Amino acid sequence: MYDHLVLTVLLAWPLVAAAALWLVAQERAKYVALLAALVEFAVSLPLWWRFIPTGGMQFEASVPWIAGWGISYHVGLDGISLFMVLLTTLLVPLSVLGSFTYITKRERAFYANLLVLTTGMIGVFVALDLFLFYVMWEVMLIPMYFIIGIWGGERRLYAAIKFFIYTMFGSLLMLVAILGLYYIVASRTGTYSFDYAFLLSHAGGLGSLAWWFFGAFFLAFAIKVPMFPFHTWLPDAHVEAPTAGSVILAGILLKMGTYGFLRFALPFFPAVALHPTVQAVIVTLSLVGIIYGGLVAMVQPDLKKLVAYSSVSHLGFVMLGIWALTLQSVQGALLVMINHGLSTGALFFLVGMLYERRHSRMLEAFGGLARVVPLLATALTIVSLSSIGLPGTNGFVGEFLILIGAFRTYPWAAGIATTGVIVAAMYLLWALQRVIYNKLDKAENEHLPDLSWREVAVLVPILAGIFWIGLYPKPILQRMEPAAQHFIDTVRPGAQAALR
Amino acid sequence: MNLDLSTSRGLMVGLLPELVLTVWGIVLLAVVAWRHKTPRDLTLAGWITLLGFAASAVAVWWLWWNRAGATGPTPMVAVDDFRYVADWLFLGAGAFTVLFSFAYLERESLLAPEYYVLLVFATIGMMLMAGGEDLIVIFLGLELMSVSVYVLAGVDRRSARAAEAALKYFLLGAFASAFLLYGIALAYGATGTTNLTQIGTQVVSLGLAKSPLLLIGLGLLLVGFGFKTAAVPFHMWAPDVYDGAPTPVTGFMATAVKAAAFVALARVLAEAFGATATWHNIVTGLAVITMIVGNLVALAQRSLKRMLAYSSVAHAGYLLVAVSAGSPEGNAAVLFYLAAYGLTSLAAFALVAARGRGGESDLQIDDLAGLSTDKPWLAFALAVCMLSLLGFPGTAGFIGKWYILLAAVTAGKGWLATVLVLTSLISAGYYLPVVMAMYMRPVPFANAHAGLKFGRLGLLALAVCIAAVLYFGIQPHRLLDLTQTSGAAIHPAALTTPVAGN
Repeated sequence: MYDHLVLTVLLAWPLVAAAALWLVAQERAKYVALLAALVEFAVSLPLWWRFIPTGGMQFEASVPWIAGWGISYHVGLDGISLFMVLLTTLLVPLSVLGSFTYITKRERAFYANLLVLTTGMIGVFVALDLFLFYVMWEVMLIPMYFIIGIWGGERRLYAAIKFFIYTMFGSLLMLVAILGLYYIVASRTGTYSFDYAFLLSHAGGLGSLAWWFFGAFFLAFAIKVPMFPFHTWLPDAHVEAPTAGSVILAGILLKMGTYGFLRFALPFFPAVALHPTVQAVIVTLSLVGIIYGGLVAMVQPDLKKLVAYSSVSHLGFVMLGIWALTLQSVQGALLVMINHGLSTGALFFLVGMLYERRHSRMLEAFGGLARVVPLLATALTIVSLSSIGLPGTNGFVGEFLILIGAFRTYPWAAGIATTGVIVAAMYLLWALQRVIYNKLDKAENEHLPDLSWREVAVLVPILAGIFWIGLYPKPILQRMEPAAQHFIDTVRPGAQAALR
Repeated sequence: MNLDLSTSRGLMVGLLPELVLTVWGIVLLAVVAWRHKTPRDLTLAGWITLLGFAASAVAVWWLWWNRAGATGPTPMVAVDDFRYVADWLFLGAGAFTVLFSFAYLERESLLAPEYYVLLVFATIGMMLMAGGEDLIVIFLGLELMSVSVYVLAGVDRRSARAAEAALKYFLLGAFASAFLLYGIALAYGATGTTNLTQIGTQVVSLGLAKSPLLLIGLGLLLVGFGFKTAAVPFHMWAPDVYDGAPTPVTGFMATAVKAAAFVALARVLAEAFGATATWHNIVTGLAVITMIVGNLVALAQRSLKRMLAYSSVAHAGYLLVAVSAGSPEGNAAVLFYLAAYGLTSLAAFALVAARGRGGESDLQIDDLAGLSTDKPWLAFALAVCMLSLLGFPGTAGFIGKWYILLAAVTAGKGWLATVLVLTSLISAGYYLPVVMAMYMRPVPFANAHAGLKFGRLGLLALAVCIAAVLYFGIQPHRLLDLTQTSGAAIHPAALTTPVAGN
């Protein structure tokens, strides 16, 4: 019963809750939204125990939807999507809680958008039908567009439309590729179906078309990740979005890109993805992203922008880990996807908290905060260190795994990527120094209030996660290992068969 | 039910929907001849029109339900699903136009009951175009429709812009009709017949696929239809006419008139010129430039009505993609897209019409600022319209676009599908600012949107449109099945085989 319905409930509940929000008063909306998000989290939690690592796709449900075109509502969960779903259900209640004082106008609409967004995000991670996947991929654009555009900062309109058009550009090309794949498979087998497993098993031998299809998928996902030359929407969107929006953007939306590579682009077109030229291009772009993101972060005067650029760098690691295609590196990539959600999510929360106190995000506005707001300063230090990858925190485990794994495949690339870790230490420690250490030389900073209980409640779960993964990652690694292995086993033979 | 169309009884039954509507039109004419003085008379005329449309739709349903088909020699009128679905589209668009017109005509004090009479006659013309199995019937239908709509465009006699629109529409329309007629003449010269199916058979049996006479005729036909569908480069009239005409009429032109032209075009190309491959490339070329020009020019518009007018040119481009596929899927996609676009477009134009103040064409996109706080439901409705026109998942527009893309890809035109999605990305640049203005900009001054008024019926019709757009976006299979069988109903004569069921 639970196994069969859980994903559907996870998809439907936020929509129901969003609709229900219109029945309550404007000022109560946040409490109702928090309750709804917590219920969602509670529903998703048993997945952790009921999930069988070696069980492949689980919790599946399938109902015909548009039968004429072979479209069905088909959802399922494996060792890759499990963590993304749990990360989503964890970050959403925290985002709601973190927005209590930040969002002061049109609250109902804000929380309704956040809940609809939840459905879209979970839908992307559990969809096993390409039509459903595409619909979810696009649907989550609208609430995010509204969140940035209505509740964002000064340049919100520009950031919102840029975000929308960039994402839509990639996904529209992906749409054509999905249709092309569907048609070719159908003309070969006589079965019209958008089912993931069906298309996957017949996606071989496409010849030169595979290049076009891969290119379309690549663009859609690379924009979302974002990989180096496609990243320009990210700083705008992250900086202009309200805190909760940035947290969700960095924590989950970016992972949709890497998830897309893991789920679709590589398994469908292994021969193209592992073609030496493509490999070289993608590994180079990842490295450029790692280094460039870090260097640009270093010179940002705006703390939020700094965090935004650090995402480009972290996601570069993920891409490198995926393409290195060893068990460690893929597991590391999956782990960094989780870690980045936690650490960068927490960083955005903290930047938001600083902004609410000081109404500025400029590094130069702060200094010596450690004495004024010790709790906030401690949290910021821990989270920064985890983002740098200090041993004992989650960041270390993930990046370490990627680097070891990548050494086997691309020794020189792993070597260059290691400098990325050093760059990360430079920009974050430098920022940390300017914000919470140095002299307390600004009168405005002398009477800032420390973290409230509500803010502590937002940060504690994330901090717990940071240390848990840092000290005892085994339960997580155990659950993702078979899925990572399966991913490698799917991709590698396909590529070798094509090279032969 | 098989009808022998060579007998007058069979022909009468086959033409039942048109006959019902014609008789009703004459009744209406008689009524408004006596009652045309007060707004109440106007409302009465509107209700009679609605009843007429309903009666005709029932007649169409009756034919469809009994699976009416033709036996015997090739008939003048087609009795197939393609025609029935197209008829429903016209009648539905007509009915919605009436519902949106009640409040509009009263507010603009357009005390002209002929308005409704013309609407009825235009609809009859469209039904003849959709059902014409002979180029002459199609031409007659087209003329009946066009003449009625020329007058409708200028029905507001006090408006100089409406007069300009009507005149422009008339002159260019007459020009287009001449092209069409000359094309018919040349096709007749080449094949010796004006019957679509017979042209198709003659082309195959006499090997006329490369005959210059036929090809020039085909080219002229395409020019004629290009004018009526507002395809680039024959679109020049469309924005000015759409802009100048009374807004409900604009909605009617953008949906029903366009639908009629496309339905007739699809039938002519499929049945008469199925073996003449040349038109595929011509239509593909038209589709590409129409999509590009329509979208780029719409991007530059600040007035909402003009933006919708240009975007309707862009949508003609998408429809041409489906036509260029030249397959049953393509024709089915044409019908589906026309339905989806029609519902959305009618609702969007209705919202523009509601904003009147005497000159609603001056409604700038920025004037909608803050609509979501003042009138949240209307803002929601317009946002749904914009997203559907953009082809966003969850709306009928998305399924329609998906169907067109599917037809293009199936026809081996992946690149054309790519052009379609890239140009529709441009359209995000003008549809989103509408959403942006409504939701993300503050209300400029108190009561800025007080002028936005709907009659009760208009509001109901709007709600139905929006609900249908959302419903078909999520549960499209009924409409899909219907259009799928209809799309398969028109085909070249050589392939004519009895199709089991419908």
